Amino acid sequence: MLSEQEKQEIETGLQHYPDRRALCIDALKIVQEHRGWVSDQGIADVAEFLQVSAAELEGVATFYNMIFRKPVGRHVILVCDSVSCWIMGSERLREHLSARLRIAPGETSADGRFTLLPNVCLGDCDHAPVMMIGSKHYRDLDPSKIDQLLANDWQE
Amino acid sequence: METPLTGNIRPGMEPPDLPQYEKAGGYRALRKTLQMAPKDVMALVKESNLRGRGGAGFLTGLKWSFVPMGEDAPRPKYFVCNADEMEPGTFKDRRLLEGDPHQLIEGMIVGAYAVQADVAYIFLRWAYKVAAQRLEKAIAEAYRQGYLGKNILGSGYSLEMHLHAGAGRYICGEETALLNALEGRRANPRNKPPYPQVSGLWGKPTVVNNVETLCNLPHIVNNGALWFKSLSRSPQSDGGTKLYGASGRVRRPGLWELPMGTSAREILEEHAGGMRDGYKFRGLLPGGASTEFLLDEHLDVAMDFDSVRKVGSRLGTGTMIILDDRTCPVGMLHNLEHFFAQESCGWCTPCWAGLGWVEQILHGLEQGQGEAGDLERLLSHARLMGPGRTYCALAPGATEPLQSGLQYFREDFERHIRERRCPWR
Repeated sequence: MLSEQEKQEIETGLQHYPDRRALCIDALKIVQEHRGWVSDQGIADVAEFLQVSAAELEGVATFYNMIFRKPVGRHVILVCDSVSCWIMGSERLREHLSARLRIAPGETSADGRFTLLPNVCLGDCDHAPVMMIGSKHYRDLDPSKIDQLLANDWQE
Repeated sequence: METPLTGNIRPGMEPPDLPQYEKAGGYRALRKTLQMAPKDVMALVKESNLRGRGGAGFLTGLKWSFVPMGEDAPRPKYFVCNADEMEPGTFKDRRLLEGDPHQLIEGMIVGAYAVQADVAYIFLRWAYKVAAQRLEKAIAEAYRQGYLGKNILGSGYSLEMHLHAGAGRYICGEETALLNALEGRRANPRNKPPYPQVSGLWGKPTVVNNVETLCNLPHIVNNGALWFKSLSRSPQSDGGTKLYGASGRVRRPGLWELPMGTSAREILEEHAGGMRDGYKFRGLLPGGASTEFLLDEHLDVAMDFDSVRKVGSRLGTGTMIILDDRTCPVGMLHNLEHFFAQESCGWCTPCWAGLGWVEQILHGLEQGQGEAGDLERLLSHARLMGPGRTYCALAPGATEPLQSGLQYFREDFERHIRERRCPWR
């Protein structure tokens, strides 16, 4: 079942569109915001509320890479792997993060703190290489800067 | 030199709020627009030679002119801002979204008025969190001031505006895929015709314009078509200024508002400061991942839509990606084609299958497993994914760096096969 809070947020969103289906993606994002990821139950809850089939909603959910159909860590690290960052050494950053957190891309650290995901261009190419943690952008990165910010900003 | 688009933008600072934006002349263009007939706004924009800054370069006024007008036109009509900036190497719209959100909102109201739209959406990529916050605030301010909502400034014209943040996927930037995403569906492109202007969102007339395109509109209304053309170095075909950018191993990567038609060489050497010490220039993609390489011999080209075409590439988004002599061109193409293969929506076969093969062959070359015939196979895939064979421009776009890369860096490819390794590793 959707929580009252989730329902209320979805209802607010619905005011901007002429039909309920339009909220499919937003509603999945709302559920993800509250629950951390979108489980099969989450799909069923949203489908029922928006009056679309669960199979169709699953098709939508799996299309968009920022809808997580598996549990993720408390913070998701998105390392840009597109061309400008690649030229400026993003592979080295990803390897450094993998070694430090002891996870391969796509995995979550043992303490449940971080999930590491490669991501397409983050739109900060004049400050390559870049990454995001949560909703924060980090620019002009190198391995030592990564060590610093993981130690200082993201201890939780 | 005039820089209308970035005049209010102070990088690193909060954007102007409503009173500050108004003090700088903001929302004057809206008042003026509401005094004009919609067809006159459309004619003005056509006359200005404003061309779509999302990359295709279609005349904005002409794009609008296909929207059904008059009493019998289907309603509601929709006006959509494409703020799904995700073309690799492109970071221009972000500057406008974060730096001057009211400029975009005013531009959208002007455009929406020209086609008499009832509802406007800003389709923003999820990653632009700061932009989302600032746009929400600015939209609320505009509503409070009566610039949005019912009967705007007593004109009888009404417009609702909503921010819609996405959930990822490059294909959402394709205008018909964007419409499907806005309707809450998988973002597969739609077959055209019908074009969105006739049958777009929920089957109603819809215009989709890029952020930078829309930000030009208040300035065109305030200063006129002649003035707008005079900003450009290629006024016969393109009006205005352009946000040009450079990334890669240059001294000063960045973004600059310059006259449309500024040469690639001037952008690279004067604004980006040339190559970093120890690096030599080999080539560049002039406007994002889906444009053809240009070499040193092409750099005097004026960076406008028609001129870049003439030297075999596209202006695209105008943000160039520079390849240096210490970066492997095959590796760069592998990175690019990996991106396109991953971001294919999976709808049509030449794209999802072809790009998968291309990525695999390039990966093999990089791993020292290249074989005789690989380059011919790559070219044959490029032909099969070319224009006219797919629903949308993703796969044809992917072939642009591939074909030109094979042409210009052939010897590098052959070395990978001959030496059975990547010589840059």
